[in-house]
Amino acid sequence: MKVVLDHLFMRFPSRKKGDPDTVAVSDFDLEIPDGLLVGLLGPSGCGKSTTLNLICGLLTPSSGRIFFGDEDVTSLPPEHRGVGLVFQNYALYPHLTVKKNIMFPLENLKGDKKMTRREMEEKALEAARLVQIEDYMDRRPAELSGGQQQRVAIARALVKRPGVLLLDEPLSNLDARLRLQTREEIRRIQKETGITTIFVTHDQEEAMSITDMIVVMEDGIIRQTGKPQEVYDDPANLFVAKFLGTPAINVFSGQIRSGALYAGEDIIADGLDGISDRKVSVAIRPEALVPDPDGPFRCGISALEVMGRDCSIVFTHPSGTSPALRAIVGSELLPGEGEKTVRFRIKPSKMFIFGEDGERIRTEERP
Amino acid sequence: MNENNRKAWLYLMPAVLFLGVFMVYPLVDVVVYSFEEGYNFASQTFFGTGTYNYSYVLHDPYFMQALKNTFILVIITVPLSTGFALLISLALSSIKKLKELFSTIYFLPYVTNTLAVGLVFMILFKKTAYSDGLVNLLLGAFGMSPVDFIEGPYWAKMFVLCFYTVWVVLPFKILILTSALASVNEDYYNAARIDGTSRSRMFWRITLPMISPMIFYLVITGFIGAFKAYSDAVAIFGTNLNAAGMNTIVGYVYDMLYGNSGGYPSYASAAALILFAIVLTITVINLMISRGKVSA
Ligand SMILES: Nc1ncnc2c1ncn2[C@@H]1O[C@H](COP(=O)(O)OP(=O)(O)OP(=O)(O)O)[C@@H](O)[C@H]1O
Ligand SMILES: [Mg+2]
Repeated sequence: MKVVLDHLFMRFPSRKKGDPDTVAVSDFDLEIPDGLLVGLLGPSGCGKSTTLNLICGLLTPSSGRIFFGDEDVTSLPPEHRGVGLVFQNYALYPHLTVKKNIMFPLENLKGDKKMTRREMEEKALEAARLVQIEDYMDRRPAELSGGQQQRVAIARALVKRPGVLLLDEPLSNLDARLRLQTREEIRRIQKETGITTIFVTHDQEEAMSITDMIVVMEDGIIRQTGKPQEVYDDPANLFVAKFLGTPAINVFSGQIRSGALYAGEDIIADGLDGISDRKVSVAIRPEALVPDPDGPFRCGISALEVMGRDCSIVFTHPSGTSPALRAIVGSELLPGEGEKTVRFRIKPSKMFIFGEDGERIRTEERP
Repeated sequence: MNENNRKAWLYLMPAVLFLGVFMVYPLVDVVVYSFEEGYNFASQTFFGTGTYNYSYVLHDPYFMQALKNTFILVIITVPLSTGFALLISLALSSIKKLKELFSTIYFLPYVTNTLAVGLVFMILFKKTAYSDGLVNLLLGAFGMSPVDFIEGPYWAKMFVLCFYTVWVVLPFKILILTSALASVNEDYYNAARIDGTSRSRMFWRITLPMISPMIFYLVITGFIGAFKAYSDAVAIFGTNLNAAGMNTIVGYVYDMLYGNSGGYPSYASAAALILFAIVLTITVINLMISRGKVSA
């Protein structure tokens, strides 16, 4: 089902008189096409959970509308919206077995939707098979591993065949390996069911790896939406550029003077004639820096790190905004032991220029 | 025994000594007394040993009356007070703004002295030559004839005692249950709401199982507490509980120890051990039931 969020606002009134209200979601305007897996991404406290709660109806927006398909569901209570929600802590009922947990939503059905015990058990088993948890039907949640609990939570959210599935940081309680495994699992389940799914996370790698579309948020505002790779390759603002990518992007304070881009004393790009002279921030992805004896970017080496496949050069530059800048290079290009300085060539497609307001300044050769 | 073990025992010594002298020894003593026939406190002598004390106590009409009173008290007040406490806690936790105001009110009985409260109850319920008491005035207003709750019929006195007991234990139970209710994660209710669970189903399927350990705790301690009731009855009906027909088992034990010049410690010990056996049995039954039902 298509989900449309139309200029949503969510204000929480302040406790004390005089304090400003908390605006958790501000002018949230988004259309999610049917059947996609969407990642809602942003730092802690940016309003991801609030957005999810608005979509599922646990919260009512201060203003704005929500549509499922063509139906306006803004004032519909959660139980009539046909959503499934997987909580961050799973919220499995600890006193019920896996089977009873999965059957719980079905037992609430009334009227002509009411099912017999047999039908409920069949549906529960079907959902359990989908998430491959059918061997554990008689266990209690406490007797399952984190990953298994999460799958039970997904089964419970899916058993009523919701039009929209919402997941609130479902992987945050899992260890690194289980995370990798279960995020693939979520992808598989979503593909199999074709249910429009919104997946909240603050881990950009997680979002990039499995979603069809990401929505990057900051302080309740959408900063950019798009396919993960597109957003990564073409960030609209400094916040998005910094937020996506590990290791983090390197940021330098630079200047444009008569068409040339300066980082400190180094001219790292030129031919930017369309842009008037001004101060800018330059962001360069770690993989865009290539050691080259004739390169324009002169840096000091502070450490070399060799970690399996990747080698990284930790370097310094007078215009760098953080003390540890990083370049990821192939081992054959690694400077020799004892070298104090390195010069880099910069791949222009992975270097972005932002104005002082943080918005992208687009150079002419790229659209 | 290795060095460490010896040290451990050495450090434990003071505690073990204290427990031994002030707990274990008296307990053993009570058991011994209860089997010594005709024990005289002054001369510290007895005729022989046997189960006569138990048989005497079990055939004593005063004891049987006390047993009956205690059982009625337990059976009425424990479920009633737990039920009321649950209702009040549910109401309190759904209206957050009134919580603080209520917490003072429902804590009044808890911080007030038993005897003082008992006196107030007596004044509320007592019928004297000059006044019928507040409760009787109210009854009169509804066109009912006045009842002497303090010296009148048995059911009226039992009613006052039960009423009083429920009222006194309520605050503690409300405190425990409100905090138990507050500790249930909000997400369970949110999850249930999304699934369209009705309010009553939320209560029976989520709230109640989640707080069941606390409810069982309250029931067990409630049973034990009610079986040990004594001071409440004294506060309302005075010290001569046998005459009032309102004695409890602990009251009977007390009377046997200190009543009638020197008393009958052997009978008292036997009665105390009978009480112990009853409480133990009930608690074990409670635990057995709860083991099957309660999910921690
Ligand atoms: N009930 C509430 N009352 C007042 N403020 C709230 C309430 N719920 C959330 N907020 C505020 O709204 C903002 C967004 O909160 P939200 O829970 O949506 O963040 P989040 O993006 O999910 O963060 P996290 O990644 O830490 O879960 C925060 O600043 C938070 O303090
Ligand atoms: Mg959150």
